[in-house]
This record gives sequence, structure tokens and C-alpha cells, in this order.
Amino acid sequence: MPLSSARWPPWPRADLLTWLRDGLVAARRGLAVALLSQLGAVPLLVLSVVSLGLLPLGVGFITLPIALFAVRGLADLHRRFLGSWCGAAIPSPYRPREGDEFELLDVPSSVRYCRLLLTDRSTWRDLLWLLIDVPVGLLLGLLPGWLMIYGAHGVVATPLFWPLMDPGYGYGLVWPVHSTTTALLSFFQGVGFLLLGFWSSERLLRAHSRISRRLLSPTAEAYLSRRVAELTETRSAAVDAQAAELRRIERDLHDGAQARLVAIGLKLGLASQMFRKDPDTAYRLLADARAASAQALAELRDLVRGIHPPVLAERGLDGAVRALALDLPIPVRVDIDLPGRPEPPVESAGYFAAAEVLANVAKHSAAASAWVRLGYADGRLRLVVGDDGGGGATVREGGGLAGLRRRLAPFDGTLDLESPVGGPTTVTMELPCVL
Amino acid sequence: MRVVIAEDLALLREGITQLLTLNDFEVVAAVDDGPSLLAALLEHRPDVAVVDVRLPPTFTDEGLHAVTRARRELPGLPVLVLSQHVEHLYARELLTDHRGGIGYLLKDRVFEVSEFVDAVRRVAAGGTAMDTSVISQLLQRNSTKDSMRSLTTREREVLALMAEGRSNAAVARELCITEKSVSKHTNSIFGKLGLAQSGDDNRRVLAVLAHLNF
Repeated sequence: MPLSSARWPPWPRADLLTWLRDGLVAARRGLAVALLSQLGAVPLLVLSVVSLGLLPLGVGFITLPIALFAVRGLADLHRRFLGSWCGAAIPSPYRPREGDEFELLDVPSSVRYCRLLLTDRSTWRDLLWLLIDVPVGLLLGLLPGWLMIYGAHGVVATPLFWPLMDPGYGYGLVWPVHSTTTALLSFFQGVGFLLLGFWSSERLLRAHSRISRRLLSPTAEAYLSRRVAELTETRSAAVDAQAAELRRIERDLHDGAQARLVAIGLKLGLASQMFRKDPDTAYRLLADARAASAQALAELRDLVRGIHPPVLAERGLDGAVRALALDLPIPVRVDIDLPGRPEPPVESAGYFAAAEVLANVAKHSAAASAWVRLGYADGRLRLVVGDDGGGGATVREGGGLAGLRRRLAPFDGTLDLESPVGGPTTVTMELPCVL
Repeated sequence: MRVVIAEDLALLREGITQLLTLNDFEVVAAVDDGPSLLAALLEHRPDVAVVDVRLPPTFTDEGLHAVTRARRELPGLPVLVLSQHVEHLYARELLTDHRGGIGYLLKDRVFEVSEFVDAVRRVAAGGTAMDTSVISQLLQRNSTKDSMRSLTTREREVLALMAEGRSNAAVARELCITEKSVSKHTNSIFGKLGLAQSGDDNRRVLAVLAHLNF
């Protein structure tokens, strides 16, 4: 090994820079926390408490919902911050609002909302969080920033400008600063404060997150009631979709294959009547009947494919997705790694999701090629479809992707879309299942 | 010519048996599930097998499995696969084994009795019979390619029939043109697609299909 490869400083420079940058970022976030706690939490806390006090006088019924909705806004903002800073986003814990919108100055609606808000446990947890956040947020948020600024002051200002200061001026533990020696001592202290500031900023922010997270996360009860609401909604969506699908099948059978079979019977009957008298016509009728039966078969085939594609039944998701890819007018790279076959309903949901997304690629993306990746990890079936097309796809209400997301919802499936204008587009779908 | 038939629907099984018997085939076995198909194929070593993709006991692609296993024992055993639906995936798998006659047709094709019988004969003779729906989809899929776009409409018709596995004479009959003009078209197609001329019918189809990105 050549000697020059020994690293000096002992840590890589990039690491030091990252460390410093992370410290600064955390300090900035701490500052935001502190500001929010003073400019947001203090007035809202006061407003809420005053409104509660004014309830017996009646005025509170008007102001309390406003105050509490504002508190929720602030809490939600904080939840989002915690999510983007520390990874896992915190779900909203509030009990779903029932039906109608809140109207200001409408007394019955205000009273109703006051009741709804005051009986929700998360309201009280929010208020408790405000109360704690006012001092804690201020202290933990400002401390690292203050340490950095005070440290910089000790490093730069005191050694240079101490002769200009008051005779009683001092820094840190050196008090007063009145000679070059004491000024140098302040320099070393300043370095210590600076390092402490950088070192602590992320730790303090995390400590603060832990405290807030405890109060801002849904309680088990709130989580359950939210889950119930979610399940109710997806169940009704699933039932609706199922019913619509049955109606479509019934209509297709009734207007298509069934009608054709009647016509075939009719033609065969006519042909047998004509058989002796007019063989030419009878022959033509037989040919017609044969053509009609081929058409009926084709229709039935399409219908079956729409209900449950044969290749899915025969080969499972693996073969079915490969078959889908083969039918696309552009080359599609398929990469499948599944340790087993999922339950039939999940398999079917996954297949139709893939089919829909690939159909979108063929119709709208203007892509020259696409790829499909199908895998399984952490109890989730993961299906990713990407293309090199123009991008700009959106999940629009009433659009195909929104419908797809709704159809995946009863399985607790998710759909994420990444499609900047100019491309490329990636659609990621996940379905929880056991393999 | 000796045939083994595998089809689980009794009506259809009898229908195909009757149809082939009437056209001078000898049906040596007509079975209704995968294991007995494999046994029948190995026992009778027929000139051609007509097989449904989906068979009991699994009702998945049992028929295809039995055929693939039988062909491992009897290389080049001619097989005509019938299915309620045609899948590129299966067509591709069938054609990757280059030896011997292979056919893959929709079940409805038995309606066109003479064409169906013709297809069975072609496969038995070591040729190919691909369903028009597979071919037309392939042609459509590839019609965006430059070399495909340079083909004329007539050339495309000829190419489609050729890819189904028909000989020049059969193509000429189908399109009501002379055999000579068919071979003129085929030469021009091979030229445009950059395919080397080959005497073997089956290889001709494979070459076409390979070019079509099969």
C-alpha cells in the first residue's frame, strides 16, 4: 500500500461535511419547532382555554370549534414534519367528522361540533401536547442553535474584539475577559460550544420528536375506529364493484352469446325444414349457423377472459403477466421472482391491476419499451410497471388509475404513481398477502 | 394415419373422433385426462396427437405438460394442440422445440372441417399449423417495425398464411393466385425481412416467427 493512501484528517472529508450539514439542518428544524411552539402553540392554547371558559356564556360554542380546528391544523402540520424528518408519517388520529360541513355562526352546527370535538380523546391529547410543547419545544428547539451561535461568538468575536467590550465582559466560564490569555481560553470554549451544538442538534430534535410522537400518534382506540371507517368504505366499494361486474356479465351474456345461440337454433330449424325442398338455401343457412356459433364462441371467450383469464388459472400470476407482456405492441421486459402462488383473489387483483396499467402504457404513454417487475417481500406482493414514455400521468378522480386504486383498496393494496412530465413513468402497486 | 385424441368434454371428444374417422384417420385412443394421455402416447406412438390444453385432474395446462413429457420420450412426436383460447406464451413454448410437427389451434377451427383435417395432416407430416389469431396478433404487433412496414398488403397476407404453416400451394389456393406468384411474393418477403431461403417447410415458419420477435 502506498503511504499516500493513509487518510488525513482521520475521518473522510465528505463525512465531516455531511456531519456538519446534518447538524445545521437539524438546528434549522429545531428553530422551526421553537417558532411554531411560540407563535402557534401559545396563542392557540390561550384561545382554546379561553373558549372552554366561555362555554357557559355561549360565546365559547362559536370560538371553540375554530380554536380546536386550528389546533388540529397545527398538530397535523407537526405530524407531517415528524413524518418527513424521521421517516414514518403519523396518521391523523381524529374521529371522522360525520356528514355535513361546519358552518360558522350556525348555532346547532357549532354545538354539534363542540360535542364531537370535546368527546374525541385526541382533542385532549392535542391540548396536552400544546401545553408541553410550549416550554419543551422552545428549549429543545433553540438550544442547539443557541450553542452554535454562542460558540461562533466565542471563536470569532471574543478573541478579536474583547478590548472594545465593557470591562465586565466575559465569555463562558472566563469572566471577565481582560487579556489575550483569557481571550484564547474563550476561543477554546467557543469551539467546545460549537461542537456541542452540532453534536446535540439532531439528538435534541429526536428527543423532541419522541415526546411529540407519543402524544400526536393515534391511540389504539382511535386507530381502530379509523380502521373500521376505512374498512366500511372499502367494503362498500368492493360490493359495488362486484355488483356492477355481475350486471356487466349478465348483460353481455344476454345480449351476446345467448341471443346468438337463439339465432343459431332458428337457422338450424329453418334449414332442416328446407332440407328437401331447397337444399341450396338450407346449405346457406347451415353456413350462417356455423358462422354465428363461431361468433358466439368468440364472445364467450372474451367474456371469460374478462372474468378470469384462462392463462391465469393455468399458469398463475407468473405466466399470466408474461402473457400480458407478449400481447403488448411494444417490447416489455418481465422480471418475476415469486416464491409461490398467492391466494386466488389476490392473484386475480394483481393480474387485473397489471393488465390495466399495461393497457395504459400501450394507449397513452407513447413509450418505446416498458418493464414489469413482480416480487414478494415483507408480506407484500410488489408489482412495478415502468415505461420510457412521455410521463405526466395523474391519478384523477374518475380516471383509470383512481379506479384501480379503489379496486386494490379492499385488499389493503396501495398504488403509487411517479410520472413527471417528460417521463419516465413508474407505477408501484403493493398487495399484502401470504405466500 | 393413427391418431390419439385427448379431450375431457365427451361431446367434443366424440365429435373429433367422428370427424377424423370420416376423413380416413384411425383413432387408436381417445382419452380424457393428462396421465392417461401420456400413457396412450407412449403406448401407441401415434402418427399425430390432437390434444386439449386444459385437462383433468388439475384443469390447468395438464395437456401441454403431458405432450411435453411425451415428446421428451418420443422426439418429434407430431402434436396438434387445441384450446378454448390461444396464448402467445403457449405458442412460443411449443415452437421452441424445433423437432417434428406442431400445431396450436382454437377449438372453433374444427368447424371448418376440411381446413382442420388439412391442419392435422400437415402436423402429422412434420409441418406447422398456427392459429390465425396468434399470427395476426404477431403481425399487428410488429407492423410498427420498419421492415414490416415495407411489406405490401398482399405480401402481408402471404406472410400470415406462411406463418400459419401452409405450403406455397396452399397459400395459392387460399388467395386464389398462382403458385408462381406466391413464390415471387415469398422471395420478396424473405428479401425484405432479411431471411435466408430454406427448403424445409417447418423451418420456414420458424424463421418467419423468429423474425416476428417470437
